[in-house]
Amino acid sequence: MSTAPLLQVNDLKKHFPIHGGFFGGVTAKVYAVDGISFDIAKGETLSLVGESGCGKSTVGKALLRLFPLTDGQVILGGTRIDDMPSSTLRPMRRRMQVVFQDPFSSLNPRMRVRDILAEPIRNFGLSNSSADLEARLVALMDKVRLPKDAINRWPHEFSGGQRQRIGIARALAGEPDLIICDEAVSALDVSVKAQIVNLLQDLQKELGLAMLFISHDLAIVEHMTHRVAVMYLGKIVEVAPRRSLFGAPKHPYTEALLSAVPQPTPGIQRQRVILKGDVPSPINPPKGCRFHTRCPYAFDRCRVEEPVLRPIADAMGEGHVSACHLHDRSAAENPLSGAKGAALLAVG
Amino acid sequence: MALLEVDALQTHFRTPDGINRAVDGVSFHVNAGETLAIVGESGCGKSVTAMSILRLIPEPPGKIAGAIRFNGKNLLEATDKEMRAIRGNEISMIFQEPMTSLNPVLTVGRQIGETLRLHQGLSAQAAEDRAVEMLNLVGIPEAKRRVREYPHQLSGGMRQRVMIAIALACNPKLLIADEPTTALDVTIQAQILDLMRDLKHRVGAAIVLITHDLGVVAEVAERVVVMYAGKKVEEAPVHALFNRPRHPYTQGLLGSVPKLGSSLTGEATRLAEIPGLVPSLKQKIPGCVFASRCPHATDLCTAIAPALEEKAPGHVAACHYALREGALAA
Amino acid sequence: MSTTTLPPGVNAAVPMQDIMPPVRARGGALGFLRRNPTIAIGGLLVLLMIFVAVFAPFLFTRDPTSLAPALRTREPSAQFWFGSDMLGRDIYSRVLYGARVSLTVGFAVAICASAIGLFIGLISGFIRVADSIIMRIMDGIMSIPSILLAIALMALTRGSVGNVILAITVAEVPRVARLVRGVVLSLREQPYVDAAVASGTRTPVIIIRHILPNTLAPMTVQATYICASAMITEAILSFIGAGTPPIIPSWGNIMAEGRALWQVKPYIVFFPALFLSITVLAVNLLGDGLRDALDPRMAKRL
Repeated sequence: MSTAPLLQVNDLKKHFPIHGGFFGGVTAKVYAVDGISFDIAKGETLSLVGESGCGKSTVGKALLRLFPLTDGQVILGGTRIDDMPSSTLRPMRRRMQVVFQDPFSSLNPRMRVRDILAEPIRNFGLSNSSADLEARLVALMDKVRLPKDAINRWPHEFSGGQRQRIGIARALAGEPDLIICDEAVSALDVSVKAQIVNLLQDLQKELGLAMLFISHDLAIVEHMTHRVAVMYLGKIVEVAPRRSLFGAPKHPYTEALLSAVPQPTPGIQRQRVILKGDVPSPINPPKGCRFHTRCPYAFDRCRVEEPVLRPIADAMGEGHVSACHLHDRSAAENPLSGAKGAALLAVG
Repeated sequence: MALLEVDALQTHFRTPDGINRAVDGVSFHVNAGETLAIVGESGCGKSVTAMSILRLIPEPPGKIAGAIRFNGKNLLEATDKEMRAIRGNEISMIFQEPMTSLNPVLTVGRQIGETLRLHQGLSAQAAEDRAVEMLNLVGIPEAKRRVREYPHQLSGGMRQRVMIAIALACNPKLLIADEPTTALDVTIQAQILDLMRDLKHRVGAAIVLITHDLGVVAEVAERVVVMYAGKKVEEAPVHALFNRPRHPYTQGLLGSVPKLGSSLTGEATRLAEIPGLVPSLKQKIPGCVFASRCPHATDLCTAIAPALEEKAPGHVAACHYALREGALAA
Repeated sequence: MSTTTLPPGVNAAVPMQDIMPPVRARGGALGFLRRNPTIAIGGLLVLLMIFVAVFAPFLFTRDPTSLAPALRTREPSAQFWFGSDMLGRDIYSRVLYGARVSLTVGFAVAICASAIGLFIGLISGFIRVADSIIMRIMDGIMSIPSILLAIALMALTRGSVGNVILAITVAEVPRVARLVRGVVLSLREQPYVDAAVASGTRTPVIIIRHILPNTLAPMTVQATYICASAMITEAILSFIGAGTPPIIPSWGNIMAEGRALWQVKPYIVFFPALFLSITVLAVNLLGDGLRDALDPRMAKRL
């Protein structure tokens, strides 16, 4: 840990006001992201997982400054970008690019592939001649394994998987250090999904990219990532290296999430934690631990005191932190201790 | 006799630039009380197959041919009135999107009661009592109060439970579930899958589960039909299909899905890809529909479409090479 | 299919027959017209009207303003195809020349109202502060029926074609502005706009390159409806004497002049009314056809 991380996020908050009443004043707030911190090293993949409405996509958009932040710091390559005026931010945007979920709405239907890919190159002033621009465009198409002659076609002439490749090429056009993949493979069919996952992994190795991989698909996340952060109702509840999280999850929510994933292996006997009820509203999140309303292990302290992320002593990997009061007690009275977490995943 | 027999089903659509052969010669059967899954990627014709069984395909531009025998009666020859008596009563359906499938201006109780009053002639009071009973069955707490609520007051998972309650209200013999958990979060999906498994034992309806999610198939189904480009390419009991897939498409599909726990076992770090794209259904394909993407394809495959052959007891696949070489390199 | 050519051990699938007659896919203009008959019919009628208006002097007409009191109120005949009016003017010639006024007003209003409405809509969709003010003004204008607003504006000025266009444009602008604003607000949420922001595109470029081209389709449809409604409004204004000056033949004027004789000489009113109806119908058909052809949801049908 001698070098500073590529991206550092400190206590990021994004609250969306709800306007109502006769004068259109703010009547309530959606606590979409409510104080989260993490960092990403150069060339590392951090995955942000959680169910819909947990705020994971809001985090991605907030980092990209697609809307102003409520609070917190975002430090990219040693420079604070959260409070930058948009004119100074614009050249910084090159270092952080995005790939969205929907391959259909993420490309402007009235622009040719050529213009879609040339836009970031021109904006960031990366090429000084039209020959250089052309060479860059050809190289981009090559990187995402699309035929060169496809560059003069329109988005609607491509299939979903091919469009997602174009989206990836656009993200690469600015030669970024970090790519935010906001559910980038979720809308794709199984066989195409594998193609895009492999492409992203190859590109990461080839270009040394860091990635923030926002997804709800835990099997894909496990396949792709180095570290995982689990979000629930606007908070990070657990961060751990891949093996440590998938091998021995420490937060009851992570445990339930993992056990809920249907496995493509018929007849396996798994101990399943089926959560009761639904995710509470982010307009009025529960007091104390936000998960206590659904947690099978909740006790009195959980209802009043909000747990902080604490390092886990008996974790499988380095840097495993979890926000749960259970880990603040001695191991003897901890219902989660021992090999039970790992047993949840023992396959067949 | 099987509860449902689908024989050489063809559902084609007329479009301005050609005939879309969405389903082209699909046959399968469902036994009473059995769960059959139909899997495939988008555009393979699995949803059109489901809609065709209930004759929910608009004609024109669509047209259905073949035979769909339910309890021995060919539904394609049934009158509209007979179909109405069957839909929601003997065969019912659950859709993917629970919000748009419910009427937003009617209470949940009314919507469950509606089918009961229509098909079974219950009185308003009896229908409401039964609605409460159904909500209890699908695990909705405080059913007496919920029965008077509107769909927007319920969460996504609750709405899908209500959809299941409506579908099961008349004790159907067959339930067609079209991607019932795709729109739901994974913890809610686990609840709904659990509910469906539990209800199957209690209610005893046969289920046709349409899905693209192999994990869901492995958890719920007993038999599986794999569809590709409007054709059935493989059918097998669930264990046989996952343990020894015979068709190269099924093999490719299984290889492209990562398994949870892969980081612990240190399995291969690269997913298997199926190269290329699904062929257009508007062109007639003379040979095997999968030949253009198949790693094992030969001239024989592009020239002659393989018939479905029984490769093992109860395990059929449409591939020239699946049997001869024993097993293809997986 | 000769099964004898099959290698031993190979089972061929039973070939499936098509269950509906083949579709002859046509490309080019003919295919487009076959798929969009409403556009074809509407477009053809509109073109016909434009042809009539442009080439009116060569279509066996005479001077539409020349008086011939001796030949007044003649029934339709070989000499006066549509009859003559109270001053002996040829109605056929007047109706054909009247198409010029109607079409000029219709197209001019459609273009002006779309251009102004587009500008206002873009501003209000992008600048939140301006939005609440502009939209309240637009609501205010829309709360007055457009025909009343046009009459009021005409009362302030001299009757001329230019002023008619201006008056109707003012009344129609809010409709376009609202539509464009709605489209802009939904386009702003599109991921490709977010992606453009993330790749450092400046706001004016985003509006011109990413937003504007995607508002054009719904706006074109709206423009045709505005064109049709402007032609009707023009006819109403002329009919009540608040529009085009009586010297210029317009369909509204002709009908106004024939009103007094409606029960005895119905043809004076009938022919301009027929032309007005056909033109409005044609433009509306064109609009409906465009809406169906440009609607992305319709384009995705199987």
